[in-house]
Amino acid sequence: MEFAFTEEQEILRDTANSFLEDFSDSQSIRKAMESELGFDPALWKRMANEMGWLGILVPENYGGLGLSWVELVALMEQMGKNLLCSPFHPTVCLGVSCILDAGNEEQKSTFLPQIVAGDLIVTLACLESSGSWLLKGIETTFKKNGEEYCLSGVKRFIPYGHSSDLIIVAAKDEDNANSEDLSLFLVRSDHPNISIQQLVTMDQTRPQAELKLSNLKLSKSNLLGKEGDGWEVLKKVRSLGALGIAADQVGGAQKCLDMTCKYVLEREQFGRKIGSFQSIKHRLADMMVLVESARSSVYYASCLVKEENHKLEEATSIAKSYCSEAYFKCASDSIQLHGGVGFTWEFDVHLYFKRAKSSEVAFGSPQIHKDKIANFLGI
Amino acid sequence: MHLEFSKQEELFREEVSSWLSKNLKGRFKSVVGRGGSGDQTELLDERVEWEKHMGTSGWTCIGWPKEFGGRNASINEQVIFYEEYTKAGGPGRIGHIGETLAGPTIISFGSKEQQERFLPKIRLGEEYWCQGYSEPSAGSDLSSVRTKAELVKGKWKINGQKIWTSLAKESDWIFVLCRTSKKSSGRDGLSYILVNMSQPGISIQPIKQITGQSEFNEVFFDNAEAEEDHVVGEVGNGWKVAMGTLGFERGTSTLGQQMAFEQEFNTILKIAKDNGSSEIPSIKNQLSEAWIGLRIMRFNALRMLSNSSDGLLSKEAMLSKLYWATWHRNLGKLAMDVLGMESEIGDKLPYDLTFLQKMFLFTRSDTIYAGTNQIQRNIISERALGMPKEPRGDNKT
Repeated sequence: MEFAFTEEQEILRDTANSFLEDFSDSQSIRKAMESELGFDPALWKRMANEMGWLGILVPENYGGLGLSWVELVALMEQMGKNLLCSPFHPTVCLGVSCILDAGNEEQKSTFLPQIVAGDLIVTLACLESSGSWLLKGIETTFKKNGEEYCLSGVKRFIPYGHSSDLIIVAAKDEDNANSEDLSLFLVRSDHPNISIQQLVTMDQTRPQAELKLSNLKLSKSNLLGKEGDGWEVLKKVRSLGALGIAADQVGGAQKCLDMTCKYVLEREQFGRKIGSFQSIKHRLADMMVLVESARSSVYYASCLVKEENHKLEEATSIAKSYCSEAYFKCASDSIQLHGGVGFTWEFDVHLYFKRAKSSEVAFGSPQIHKDKIANFLGI
Repeated sequence: MHLEFSKQEELFREEVSSWLSKNLKGRFKSVVGRGGSGDQTELLDERVEWEKHMGTSGWTCIGWPKEFGGRNASINEQVIFYEEYTKAGGPGRIGHIGETLAGPTIISFGSKEQQERFLPKIRLGEEYWCQGYSEPSAGSDLSSVRTKAELVKGKWKINGQKIWTSLAKESDWIFVLCRTSKKSSGRDGLSYILVNMSQPGISIQPIKQITGQSEFNEVFFDNAEAEEDHVVGEVGNGWKVAMGTLGFERGTSTLGQQMAFEQEFNTILKIAKDNGSSEIPSIKNQLSEAWIGLRIMRFNALRMLSNSSDGLLSKEAMLSKLYWATWHRNLGKLAMDVLGMESEIGDKLPYDLTFLQKMFLFTRSDTIYAGTNQIQRNIISERALGMPKEPRGDNKT
């Protein structure tokens, strides 16, 4: 038992942090989040080619680094800490995971090297108007005519949907819509029969889009995994997606604590640094308990990715519910302890606060995960 | 980063669990599962016999260096030991203050004579220890202790009072933090002295606590005597020695403690299922949150232990007391919420309470003893986050 990073893992984490401190500073974040794509394509290429990050989970025979989720969460923690605007989570946590899990050899050897090279941005279109991650939340259907699949429906809440190249779409068989059969399709975003609309998001660092499919015709080669086997794939990816977000949340919460500590040691009122008041010190101590505990929950779950699914599901539900609440509390307290300036557009605190909120609902709210835990407990 | 124990560690686990299962029966059957919080002073004779049996079999003080009779067990091995001990229902340890506080202090700061005199008897369960730190006016502010020791004809004469002493009546020795210099104040001029409990100069007064039981005592020193060479470290160096003692608790027993918490949680969960309260949304939610909190307590502990090999208290260790005390206090309240109207009804007249009622009441002390939650938050914000230190008042002791 060695529940600590190895030296190599520490190097990866520290290199990531110093790279991101340079290239995802406040000015770059604001520029990226206000841009049409929602990220900086030049930085994306550097993340791929210089850092090798897009291949972190991809096996070496497809040109990746072949590392595990332990390294991935170490990296994503730094992305959250530096508020990186990029489609990394949808491409790697969702896209690569789906393709690795369900893709055939041809799909793997086509798409994975492109992802690794930073030439293919992937996202997942699963959720619909209800926002539910349950099977019943999916109403998009396909109709099979011989070898042809014809898809119709509306997908919402698609991360970076408007700037992705490849979209993984989940749909049910129209003739069998009440069963657990769900299929996944790979759809090129430049396909003429789809329309993608970017949505306004309160958190500008995590753009989302809506996708309309009306009689979109696809062939068997678009199918990802076996027809009808998509739900098992999605259940696992849902856990992994939650874990990726949780890692980002840990980094964000840590940064809120760091910014606040710095600020309360600068700001003076009543002739003393406000950090010398116990009312402030005690709140900071509580924030630190949340941050460190959140971190432990993510690291633990990352060690279980290769275990049986129910163990991973429990660990990711623990992590996602705890990290969501921890981040939101730390970001809220950060605004409060910054006082008036915490409410301004100029200070970065609001960006963290908004990311805390958007990531709280992504991949299951804390309440949804607590209900899952209750289910595990048999209540 | 990996969660599996090594093959060698798993073999050690088997050795521990098989010894415990072979030995926690027969004449020791009665002590299984006994002596926890709220039950600390029960079945003492039987538990002393158990301590001696463990000692002679080489299962006490396993983390001590080999030259002092320990096994030099690694942190992981100690963790495994405590986990198996709790799993097997090993009784609450009477010898833990000697094993984890007095012993390591004597190993680190004591003279060769002190080591030879005291360590074997701690290890073999022949002598028991209690702690003489807190006083009526020195609680959170330990440096304001007033108990005095004066050297008279080659003996220390000790006068004063200690409070909140667990197992005072059962102990043979007490380590006392006291003033040995007349003009001293604060952290200066304190010494750490080993004092024999069986002497006319010492009297013990049990404190009746919130549960109606007495697990803590007041200890009065009225010209109590101690040997001149029973000062640990140098005379006047007591603050450093006392702080060192607190640093020895590296949290290897934490995982065992958490297993005991898990047993409590499971008891409460079962009641909630049986009486239907688990269907009340707020109770269901609290049970789920309690479980999440308990699992994370374990993950935190695993990180703390993995990072503690350098012997220093890691920042995770600073958080541990605040975290578990708060969690456990909440669990006590949840137990009562789950019981509903039944939470008021005890076992026997006149005031014999149920296990869960005692736990609910006792957990109110978790966030007070060994550093209140407020003191813990000061420590975290000052030592881990670099906030300014609290100013001291002007009152000198």
